[in-house]
Amino acid sequence: MAEKINKVQENLEAWCSPPLEFPSKEAEQGYKERTRRIADAILLRKPDRIPCVPMWEFFYAKYGGYTCQEAMYDAKKAEEAVVKAVIELQPDGFQPPIFFMTGPVLEAYDSKDVLWPGHGLSKDQAHQFVEGEYMKADEYEAFINDPSDFILRYYLPRVSGNLKALAMTVPIRNCFAYFMNFGGWAPFGSPDGLKALDIIKNLSKASLEYVTWLVSVIGKLVMMGYPPWTASLTEAPFDVVGDTLRGTKGIMLDMYRQPDVLKQACEKFVGIMADYTIASAQAAGNHPIVFVPLHKGTAATRDGKGGFMSLDQFQEFYWPTLRKLMLILIDNGFVPNLLIEGDYTSRLDIIKDVPPGTCIYHFEHIDIHKAKKVLGERVCIRGCVPIHLMTLGTPDEVRAAAKEQIDVLGEGGGYIMDTTMASEQVKPENMKALIDFTKEYGIYK
Amino acid sequence: MSENLVTALSELKEKETLEIVQSRLDLGEDPLRILDETKEAMEVVGKRFEEGTYFIPDLVYSGEILQAVSEMVKPKMTKEDERKRLGKFIIGTVKGDIHDIGKNIVTFMLDVNGFEVHDLGIDVPVEKFIEKIKATNAPVVGLSGFLTLAFDAMKETINAIENAGLRDKVNIIIGGGNINEDIRNYTGADAYGVDAMAAVAYANKVMAS
Repeated sequence: MAEKINKVQENLEAWCSPPLEFPSKEAEQGYKERTRRIADAILLRKPDRIPCVPMWEFFYAKYGGYTCQEAMYDAKKAEEAVVKAVIELQPDGFQPPIFFMTGPVLEAYDSKDVLWPGHGLSKDQAHQFVEGEYMKADEYEAFINDPSDFILRYYLPRVSGNLKALAMTVPIRNCFAYFMNFGGWAPFGSPDGLKALDIIKNLSKASLEYVTWLVSVIGKLVMMGYPPWTASLTEAPFDVVGDTLRGTKGIMLDMYRQPDVLKQACEKFVGIMADYTIASAQAAGNHPIVFVPLHKGTAATRDGKGGFMSLDQFQEFYWPTLRKLMLILIDNGFVPNLLIEGDYTSRLDIIKDVPPGTCIYHFEHIDIHKAKKVLGERVCIRGCVPIHLMTLGTPDEVRAAAKEQIDVLGEGGGYIMDTTMASEQVKPENMKALIDFTKEYGIYK
Repeated sequence: MSENLVTALSELKEKETLEIVQSRLDLGEDPLRILDETKEAMEVVGKRFEEGTYFIPDLVYSGEILQAVSEMVKPKMTKEDERKRLGKFIIGTVKGDIHDIGKNIVTFMLDVNGFEVHDLGIDVPVEKFIEKIKATNAPVVGLSGFLTLAFDAMKETINAIENAGLRDKVNIIIGGGNINEDIRNYTGADAYGVDAMAAVAYANKVMAS
């Protein structure tokens, strides 16, 4: 266990002393102070003061005076909005704007699983995910047998209006030995196949343009002294199956009708998501913090009643593969930052089972006293200023809520200030109040 | 025999439930009696959900089994099932929000508890709520929303109901991810609920008065 902590610790130390040439001493100092503050909180130490790391996403657009649509299509405006919010509000870690400039990508594959401004939503709305049964109940075996083939020939044709032709092609595993190659590629040469390849070409270009934009904006902010708080995103294996493939109803029925194949699929995704996540974190210079939003394992209320699953189901279906994925990430020096939607008060005793000082748990609804008591010695807690106060309340109400969080969760260190979730409706003056108050009141003496 | 069906369905034993129904239909039993027992079983399911021993997956699964039973029984029915309904309830996810998991659970619980539910779906424009209120005279309207943008959409919906001169005729309850007393106050709703049972309790209260 000690070794695991060291690997995370090592990576956090490297993050705090990057091999970068900053344009000024101030930028270098700012960057190092901010990363140090966050790293200390993760390692359950007391930083100089509580770091403030707000989840922003489309708040950037609102702050910059642009619509969500402009943020998804206009590179210049999108960048301007992000840079403006970061340098004016000065968070300790900024949210990489991963949903900005994605309009052209979504258009290139004619996404059916996302609505976005101008495509099912008004220009002022952030994108919304359209859940569906993109994998049928009897297709688990096909998926488990060859995930890449399933994704190419079953999943993509269903979520993309432009890639339907892929359904007509053959498994790539049929183009393997030299003699298989002779005729193996022929289906891609058909008119439909060629069309699909063209779409893939356009999609790939759009995807590269998006990545180039994102890397450039993040790079500029880093050079100004502001670290992004994360550079990779992953999901709990159960959520990958439930959100992306089977849908809420589908996966709930699978828990009863075919629990074993469901568990096999979750196991399969431990490796897939670990490889994907580690590769993306490494591509981003080994950024230590991995964003892991959790969806389908939650209770509805504080007492654990009425949610997406029972505590027994949580322990049987949800937690084992999530924990496995987390431990692989931790073993490789990465810090899982769980964004825990719903109310996990009833699950605290289960989720505390991780190596101390290696994880961040960001809560939406939680008994903060109990959370600090159960997790205080193990996990850095992030949150939990209610989002409705940020969107509807006054700066005074925000400060009062932030004070309560700091008094309880900030005690002794191991805490990062944030709201309970991101929203494009957050009032700029409330965000400013949250950050400024944390900087004043959150100083450790 | 009758105990078996109620137990099998309320314990979510799919295969057993369908076998019992099939054998009873084969014996020529009145399909309405079978449906009455499934209703009894669903009341047990609802009660367990309320008590906290059943969860959303249990509701979803019991609903699936019930649907399979209905499909088996329907061809044998000579007249329409005329179940007595307690009262009308209009529900929908407000404009701009496409989330429906919570709304569907509320719809299900209201249905199981005997209400006539008019589910308008997701991303529902205010006019659709108003049309439905006029068409059904339902005394209760439930507005659902998961995103923070739903706060304003709920407020706008309630304002529109008011402007249409219908506010006095309906009781409005809101529910969803981050709904609380502050949001109720902001939107002008009469009540809010944190779970599906709150909607049932509220509907019962309104219908009783």
